[in-house]
Amino acid sequence: MLNNLLGLKETSADDITAILDDAEKFKKEVLQKDIKKSDALKGRSIITLFFENSTRTRVSFELASKYLGAAAANISAGGSSITKGESLIDTIKTLEAMAADVIIIRHSASGAPHLVAKHTESKIVNAGDGMNEHPTQALLDMMTIREKKGGIKGLKVAIVGDVKHSRVARSNIYGLSKLGAEVAVAGPSTLMPKGIEGLGVKAYYDVEKAIEGADVVMGLRIQLERQKKGLFPSVREYHKCFGVNKQRLRLAKPDAILMHPGPVNRGVELSADIVDGEQSVINEQVTNGVCVRMAALNMLAAGKRA
Amino acid sequence: MSSILIKGGHVVDPANNIDKTLDVFVKDGVICAVGENIAEAADEVIDAGGLTVAPGLIDLHVHFREPGYEYKEDIESGSRAAARGGVTTVVCMPNTNPPIDSRALVEYVMNRGKEAGLTNVLTCGCITKGQQGKELSEIGELCEAGAAGISDDGRPVISSSLMLRALEYSKMFGIPVMSHSEDLDLVDGGAMNDGYMSTYLGLKGIPKCAESAAVARDVLIAEECGGILHVCHVSTAGSIDAVRRAKQRGARITCETAPHYFSLTEKAVDGFNTNAKMNPPLRDESDAEAVKEGLRDGTIDAIATDHAPHDRDEKEIEFALAPNGIVGLETSLALSYTNLVMSGVLTLPQLIEKMSLNPARIINIDKGTLGVGKAADIVIFETENEFTVNTDEFASKNSNCPYDGMKLRGRVNTTILGGKIVYQR
Repeated sequence: MLNNLLGLKETSADDITAILDDAEKFKKEVLQKDIKKSDALKGRSIITLFFENSTRTRVSFELASKYLGAAAANISAGGSSITKGESLIDTIKTLEAMAADVIIIRHSASGAPHLVAKHTESKIVNAGDGMNEHPTQALLDMMTIREKKGGIKGLKVAIVGDVKHSRVARSNIYGLSKLGAEVAVAGPSTLMPKGIEGLGVKAYYDVEKAIEGADVVMGLRIQLERQKKGLFPSVREYHKCFGVNKQRLRLAKPDAILMHPGPVNRGVELSADIVDGEQSVINEQVTNGVCVRMAALNMLAAGKRA
Repeated sequence: MSSILIKGGHVVDPANNIDKTLDVFVKDGVICAVGENIAEAADEVIDAGGLTVAPGLIDLHVHFREPGYEYKEDIESGSRAAARGGVTTVVCMPNTNPPIDSRALVEYVMNRGKEAGLTNVLTCGCITKGQQGKELSEIGELCEAGAAGISDDGRPVISSSLMLRALEYSKMFGIPVMSHSEDLDLVDGGAMNDGYMSTYLGLKGIPKCAESAAVARDVLIAEECGGILHVCHVSTAGSIDAVRRAKQRGARITCETAPHYFSLTEKAVDGFNTNAKMNPPLRDESDAEAVKEGLRDGTIDAIATDHAPHDRDEKEIEFALAPNGIVGLETSLALSYTNLVMSGVLTLPQLIEKMSLNPARIINIDKGTLGVGKAADIVIFETENEFTVNTDEFASKNSNCPYDGMKLRGRVNTTILGGKIVYQR
């Protein structure tokens, strides 16, 4: 039974599968209906507490809450007492005192959700913590893969780009490995974290080697500020050496799908033609994001499965 | 003054090559006799049968936080923690508020230590005024006031030329530069060791070379100018190797490590445990092994705790924002005994050398021995029975460390300072 959703490294394969199953059900029974309304979380309260800017993730959580009938409130750190020096734990306790059933937190510090979870009875959902994890992103990726490929076990997944700073990559590595996929990561050595093989993946500097024979190719967003910090010489060289383009995508299986957590830097991590190409499932990922968030919130807030 | 007769303990006194069952007689604050069947009448007789009797421990690296941060620790509470850990001399680091960069402040710390009367409180003075890394502090006067060494601990001396001058200037006074060697440019905002665990937890890593390269710099500077360098808290194989090579060349360099660097690894950070966050950070297995090898082969001269108390609220925050440091005075002997002596890295006399005699030599004080006529600073401890660390029992104001519940051997029974019992379990 899931108490919090802190990360996929803390979530069992069974719980991941249960969330994905529920997400499919919610997709059919709620999201794809004309009247997108369920009473699953009627009378429950869900708060998003975001210390980092976000549009898509925050809206995705908010809609997921509302489609299921929960009372939803949003806090962004700029306009709250956090700027007055309140500690994170005190902020959470204040929200708990307002009877929040679930608190969805995004924070630039890795481990922030784990910290607050120790100090509150409210259920905590990690919506992205530093470079650590972004579990609902990986869940929506896995849902999309399952839809397109019929399953996850035995698939070859190539994750390409700034692995070092990517919480999306980490959550996908944990989640996909638990469900039996074979994960390869690729990117420049300066953006490859130490000891990554210890997480059970193959690591390459040569993007083409990672993509070869893959069922799924996932690009990661590169923060352009990393170039200023000297982690790679230029955007031009990055795209040339590590970007995914049509030729490189051809090395994957003919029916491979192309994914990206968005927003895409077109012409940097992915070339524009493939972003809009047939193999791209980027928009479906966004749709499925709402579904896995409904499933996760339902599992936590209702204390039972849909 | 009163007298104490310590009967039948296993006396370990590396300065005099003693490692056998003997009696120790103390009168008027000094060691009067060490021998078999001493028959002197004493005001107090301690039956030390089955226990170890050694010179009181000397800890070259503690943070007593006074003045300025008394909510974390003060000289009295820190002294009580020292007594409980069998530590009879401490060297406070000067990164207080204000930093200890003048004669008056050195005298203040030492006087507060005397008032508490639980351990010999010595202090470092700052290398640079206000620890700002800009101008040398009045090192001659700091030395005159009794500073044991100079240090900008907590931050490195970034300017290499200033470090050269500090080493050149301080050697005239015969006191060591106790260097916190760190390249902040390489640290670059990292929060833990750069390695598997930082990848696993998604925390920004600090590469080992942030320490090793800085140690190598300081070692080479000291070697060239003949300065007296003591490298604080070494934690990496690279740092230890830099010191080892310099020693082989005959340089006047010493170094210390802390119990956490051979007792723990970066794995202790799992779960974002801020009580395992310190600077330098916990490293991996290979470094912990290199620390043990450095202790074994004599490259590492001393074990010092880097006792660094922080308030609970300061540690219960996001990992990257939490302050560095763990408390260590009340566990250092047991951690060292358990992880070094029981595992055969050091003999018991070698351990006492690293925790008492060598530290005394590094700061040039007439302690660290049970020689007749010396101040009666003594620790009596037992090694037979395992005990469980309970941080609630700590005398320190804080218990920020990952040792709670750990099973260890080497528990302090009695601490004697200048012939007076200052701790008795």
